[in-house]
Amino acid sequence: MKRIVLWALSTLSALVLLFGYSTSTSGVTGVGTATTSVYSGSVAGAASTPAATPGTGSSTGTSTGSPSTVTGAVAQTEWGPVQVELTVAGAAITKVDVLQYPSGNSRDTEINSRALPILIQETLDAQDAQIDMVSGATVTSNGYLQSLQSAIDQASA
Amino acid sequence: MTVSRRVEQVMGMPISIALRGRHAGDATGEAAWAAVLHQLRYVDRVFSTYRSDSYVSRLDRGEITLADCPPEVAEVLGLGEAARLESAGAFDVRRRDADGRAQLDPSGVVKGWAVQRASAVLDGLEDTDYCLSAGGDMVCRVVDPDAPDWQVGIEDPRDPTRLVARIPVRRGAVATSGLHHRGAHIVDARTGRMPVGVASVTVVADDLTWADIDATAALAQGHGALAWLQTRPRRTGVVVRADGTAEVFETP
Repeated sequence: MKRIVLWALSTLSALVLLFGYSTSTSGVTGVGTATTSVYSGSVAGAASTPAATPGTGSSTGTSTGSPSTVTGAVAQTEWGPVQVELTVAGAAITKVDVLQYPSGNSRDTEINSRALPILIQETLDAQDAQIDMVSGATVTSNGYLQSLQSAIDQASA
Repeated sequence: MTVSRRVEQVMGMPISIALRGRHAGDATGEAAWAAVLHQLRYVDRVFSTYRSDSYVSRLDRGEITLADCPPEVAEVLGLGEAARLESAGAFDVRRRDADGRAQLDPSGVVKGWAVQRASAVLDGLEDTDYCLSAGGDMVCRVVDPDAPDWQVGIEDPRDPTRLVARIPVRRGAVATSGLHHRGAHIVDARTGRMPVGVASVTVVADDLTWADIDATAALAQGHGALAWLQTRPRRTGVVVRADGTAEVFETP
């Protein structure tokens, strides 16, 4: 039994790797064009932050009470490289600096069709309107059962 | 066209998928759906503020540093800060708790980002159209030029059993933020107050990360929602005001 579960899990991760591979190759059309812009700012409403000591590219320690900065490693994301620096005072993060962030969205060059909403004047239920999915304020698991989306999912399940 | 649908509860919300075409309902399609859920559950374990053992919870308590977190944490915090700056502070991943202590809550960024990221798995399905929705925010794709658009219905914020608009989508993302369903869970980060004058904001953009951020940031600005959305690049959408009137917008 245990062996079967393990086998299933390893199959699943292999699939994840497989899909992960195909997606990462489809997502790199903009390599070389992704310029970076730098955002920086202190957290709104945060307590005044004493001059931060420069990050060293790794942890400089926390929980001593005096503010310290931690510079994260550069994360290679689907959009380009991202690097942030956190200022920590005690156990609270008082400042987030974005040292590196991809600007633009090179992946989107192929996307050009504009989707323009059409207002619905009369009352329609989702079936009449031939709706595939419903967008609304965040539906929680509790609210889902009463939602139009639930009705659509049930109708063709 | 036959549409294959699945629903699972992850991150405290329903994740719905609709597939049509070659892999709708076959083993490859099911495996892709499993991979999507696998990714979203991973994101939940890393980012959930409801889990005390998530990386974000431990980071917020000062138990670990950014260097101890998976790289996605830096990516999301970077996004959150970019969103704060682009919304002039209306959007913030940090909020005050009851004691006035600033608390890290990146959930306003995480959902759209996570679903956009997970949808990349579905891009690997050949000749297959998909629409992947997390609690009403979705990424859609149509590959066959002869296939119909996905029809996305926009819920009436005053009556969730009705629709105020429909949006035909071929490729892109739709996100809606409103003050219904969960009550007042969105405030203007600058004032801590609930927005007034607007009932819901729907944003259509190329990717869900920014559609979701923009819908939330616009809603937080209340009466200023539409004016701010007009400054955003390459968006369309609908703003439903508190008095029930709706307006469509489109930006270059």
